[in-house]
Parts: sequence; structure tokens; C-alpha cells
Amino acid sequence: MADRLSTRFAACKAQGRAALITFVTAGDPDVAATPAILDAMVAGGADIIELGMPFTDPMADGPAIELANLRSLGSGTRTRDVFALATEFRARHADTPLVLMGYANPMLARGADWFAEQCKAAGVDGVICVDVPPEEDAEIGPTLRAAGVHLVRLATPTTDAQRLPAVLQGASGFLYHVAVAGVTGKQQAAQASIEIAVARLKAATDLPIAVGFGVRSPEQAAAIGRVADGVVVGSAIVDIVGSHGDAAAPFVQDFVAALRGALTTQAQETAA
Amino acid sequence: MTDILAPTSLPNSLRSQPDAHGHFGAFGGRYVAETLMPLILELEKVYKAAKADPAFDAEFAELLRTYVGRPNPLYYAERLTEALRAKAEPGKGAKIYLKREELNHTGAHKINNCIGQALLARRMGKKKVIAETGAGQHGVATATVAALFGLECKIFMGAKDVERQKPNVFRMKLLGAEVIPVHSGSSTLKDSMNDALRHWVSNVHDTFYIIGTAAGPHPYPELVRDFQSVIGKETRAQMLEAEGRLPDMLIAPVGGGSNAIGMFHPFLDDPEVAMIGVEAAGEGLHRKHAASLAGGKSGILHGNRTYLLQDEDGQITEAHSISAGLDYPGIGPEHSWLHEIGRVKYMPIKDDEALESFQTLSRLEGIIPALESAHAIAAAEQVAPTLDADRIIVVNLSGRGDKDIFTVADALGVEM
Repeated sequence: MADRLSTRFAACKAQGRAALITFVTAGDPDVAATPAILDAMVAGGADIIELGMPFTDPMADGPAIELANLRSLGSGTRTRDVFALATEFRARHADTPLVLMGYANPMLARGADWFAEQCKAAGVDGVICVDVPPEEDAEIGPTLRAAGVHLVRLATPTTDAQRLPAVLQGASGFLYHVAVAGVTGKQQAAQASIEIAVARLKAATDLPIAVGFGVRSPEQAAAIGRVADGVVVGSAIVDIVGSHGDAAAPFVQDFVAALRGALTTQAQETAA
Repeated sequence: MTDILAPTSLPNSLRSQPDAHGHFGAFGGRYVAETLMPLILELEKVYKAAKADPAFDAEFAELLRTYVGRPNPLYYAERLTEALRAKAEPGKGAKIYLKREELNHTGAHKINNCIGQALLARRMGKKKVIAETGAGQHGVATATVAALFGLECKIFMGAKDVERQKPNVFRMKLLGAEVIPVHSGSSTLKDSMNDALRHWVSNVHDTFYIIGTAAGPHPYPELVRDFQSVIGKETRAQMLEAEGRLPDMLIAPVGGGSNAIGMFHPFLDDPEVAMIGVEAAGEGLHRKHAASLAGGKSGILHGNRTYLLQDEDGQITEAHSISAGLDYPGIGPEHSWLHEIGRVKYMPIKDDEALESFQTLSRLEGIIPALESAHAIAAAEQVAPTLDADRIIVVNLSGRGDKDIFTVADALGVEM
């Protein structure tokens, strides 16, 4: 089976643009609402979907995604629901890569083997585990990789040259550059610092580089898209779900379409 | 209780943990966001250097002596001992000593660790410190050392706790700290730790996080334990002087477990010394409680792998204890390890038992214990009468109870 993540990054590259990666928390505001939001993202032009696994204590997330986690858990979302959402998504969208993002404790509650098997069976392409740094890779990394699921690593503004090789060791799928030293959805990084960071990462790895944290507008996405292989938008979408609840899907689709439009326009301008 | 004094089969030394990666057996480690990793690694380096530097130790010891008021006494609680003997079978009723941590400046063991971490912050050139607090004891201790060292200080405290602990909130403000009420989650200790971590990850360049207990990412469990080990070292020397031998048993309350590990660690390689960590059983283990070892399982939260209260999906469940300092769904990783290897026994004590002992110690010894410490007193009241009268127990009286009088009055239905 062709690797959906590398296939999609290659396709975007061929179009001269960055991949659009959009995030939503599974089960926000409830499990029934999520399929329509995921479909809206794909219809709006998202290339890769990040599905958040809710956790009671999301300490790397800002208020927007934290509240989404609590809304989801408050409406009764269970881990089995998250995998059911993933499985159904895969049945509807054979080619769109799906990445689970979350925290170690829910992922490992039934053991790494169980989690990796569920990911594989549900057609999950990659996992981002916020609180497992390379030093603790043994908890989850080998098992996921053996199951053919990428463990996506994060590089941050504090990841210096000395440390970068450790982050890249075992990294696969893509490299997620966290643009700000902080939590999700709060500050916004200066474009110049993103450009320097992406250039540094590209010199160190052939993996696609996706940039996230604090990306809220089509203009910002386009600017980052000029240098990075992917742009991640999360909190801005989660805010829309927070405002519109069960009726969020069309609003999400419009916003994702605007993001995608900006990336496409930027690619055409660059080509011209 | 008959197996409590039974010898345990031990590896060469139980005092050489954690390993190079911060693991205590299967527990501990460094489960933090990548943004924090470089800082955690730097802290480890700085701490190693400090540990090897006699000047660091000398300054720490001097501040403990002149500022904290150490050594504090090891006190023979004769009236408590006799009261328990009166109810025990003839020849039974162990002798109970109290290690008087409540006599420290700021009224609890917390200050020992705060002094140590403030010295590390200074070594790292950090001008700002942050801390989480539940009842406010660690917040007050942190605000105190921040004033002492001239550091800018922010304390994260659950909004519910800010309401419940107004005197401590005012104390922190008097000491020059900013108290930030945390409204996320259940608005209690675990949420204030989440928000402290969020603030830290956003301000790593100039901020030092003074964690209040022997938990969190490596090297925190190790360094907090080392700073708190002054409790056990003093106890050892004082007991040898008073009785010419080591105690038969140590008893200490365990929330995160810093006072307990500080008392236990210097004795871990003495198999004749039994140890009991006392967990908060709240309303009972089948109802709301905070006993992570008795009622939880291994998981990952706040930077370490340890026993946690959680559901089958790994969602953290809310802890409950009448003692705000024990009201946390986790426990330090070294305790999880000592529990699994059986070196330390852990015993649950309920809210009502602690309340009873809170009053007993006040009346019999003229010492109002913190509700945390009252849990340990309750355990001693249960264990002492089962042991021979020539046995010796030391209870860690980790803090004084002035902060708890409102809670206790409320629980007893007394209008103040």
C-alpha cells in the first residue's frame, strides 16, 4: 500500500504549494457532529486531517483546544468513539491522510500494542503524541512503527542544533515545527523566525516540514506556505466549532476553503 | 498488620535511583512537550554540578539553619503514646516520636525544597519563578523564597482553592507574589499544575518552575527528594542520640509524597526500618478519594509515569480529600516504585479518621497538625497498639494545622 502521507505531500509539491493540514478535536461538541466536520474539511480542500484525541489534562494546549477537549469528554466521548470516527472516515475518504494527535495517557491506557493495532485497523497514518519526547520513544515509537504507523516528531524554537539529531532519530511521516515556544492557539510567530527555522530543519532532514501553532488566517497560511511543505491550522477551526457547535460544518468548510484558496493563489503567484 | 515489620529482600542499594534517564524502575521519566526538553536537560546538568559542589551544599545548609530554623526537634509524644497503650493489650503500644517539620519557617516541610530550587534558579540565571499550589502551603513557601532571593513570583492556584484558602492567598500577596486563579478543568491542584506548565512552556527562556512535590519530569523527583532528605537525615541522627538505635517504623503522609520520600530515603537501605506512606482515602476507597496507589494504576501525567487515578480510557479522574495538600490524582514516581517492590507499605486513611486524629493530637500534645499530617497520626494510632511497647515509631509531622482550622470547623459543624 502506498504511504498516504508521502503520496499527499508529493502531490502538493507537484502543484507547487504547501499541504493544508487541519485539526479538530474528536467528539467536539459530540461524537455525532464530528463526521460532518471532517467531511467539510476535505470538501474545503484540506490535504491532511489531524484528529485530536480528547484528554482531561491537555497541558500543551491553549484555552481553545482545552475547552474543546472538555466539551468532547463532557458529552461522553470514549476512545472507542475516536477509533470508530477514524474507521468511518477512512471508509469515506480512501486517500486523505489521517493523523491522531493527543497525549500519552489515553494512547497508552490499554498498552502501546493495543493502540498501534487500533490505529492500523482504523487506517490512521500517523500519530502525534505531545508529551512523549524522543527520550521516551520506547513507550510508543517502536510499536507504532512496527505497525506501519508514523510517529510524527515535533521540533520547537527551543530545539537547538545539538538536540535536533535526537528529534530526527526515528522521526517519520513529516516533521512538525512548533512555531512558538508556548501552547496552541495563543501567540503568533514572526514570519522571519519561521523562515529561518524551516531552512534549518530542511538542511537537516528530507522529511516534509509542516508548521503549526498560532496559524489563524489565510494570509498567514499563505506566507508560511511559501517556505514550508505543510501548514497546520487548529485553534481557529476549533473556535468555529466552539461557536457553532453541531451546526459548525458549513462554517468550517468555508474557512478551510479560504485557507486552501490562499495556498493555491500563493502557489500560482510563485509560479508566475 | 503482622507483616509490617517483616524483612524485605532487597537489591544492593535502594538509594541509587533514579537511573540516568530518570526512571525509578518502571516509573518516572521525562514526559514533557519538546519545548521543555532542552530546559529539563539543562536543569539536570546544573543540578548535577550543584550536587558535586560543596559550596552549594554549604549555602543550602546555612539557609536551612538560619532562615528555616533547622534542625527542628524530634519529640517524644508521651501522652499520645500512653493514651494508645491504655487501649492496647498488655506489653503493646509502640513509642511514638514526632519529627517536628511544622516548626519550620512557613509551617511545613515545603520550605526545604523551595530554598534548594531557588538556589538552582539563581545558578541558572532565572529571575522569575512560578509554582502551583493547592492549599497554598507550597505557594506561600515559594513566595517566601522569591522574596528572600529577590525573584519575581507567580503562583497558579485553582479558583476553588483561592476561594477556600483566602488567608494563604493574602499571605502570598503580602510576600510580593502574584496569585493567578486557574479556572480550567476542576479548578483545583491538578489544573493549577496544568496552567503552571502552560505558562512555563511559554516563558522557558527566563522562568524557573519550582515544583512543590517529588513528582514531575526528571530531575524534579530526584532533586526534590534530595532537598527534603534533610528530614530523614536529621531524624536518623536525633534518634541515634535519643535512643541509641534506629526507629522500627517511619510513618508519613503522601500526596505527591515529598515529605515522605524525604523522611524515608535516608533509611531505605536499613531493612530493620519499616515504612508506611499514608494515602488520603477521602470518603472511602469505593467512593471519592485521593489514594493513587490503592485505587489507581500506572499512567503518564505532568511529566512522569506513575500511579494515577484514571478511568479505563486513561482520562484522569478527580481526586478528593479533606486535606487540600493530598487532593491530587497522582503520586511521586519513587513512591510508585517503592510500592511495587514492597519496600514501603502504603495505607489509606479516610477524611473522618484524619479529622479525629487532628483533634486527638491537639488535645493530647498541644500540637495542631496539618490535615495532611493528621492522616499520618491516624495511621500511627492504628499501628502502634499492634506493636510491642519497646518498638519505636517516628511520625512525620509535616505541617501545622492553622491553615486547616476553617475546614475542620466546617466539617465539625462549628460556627467560628
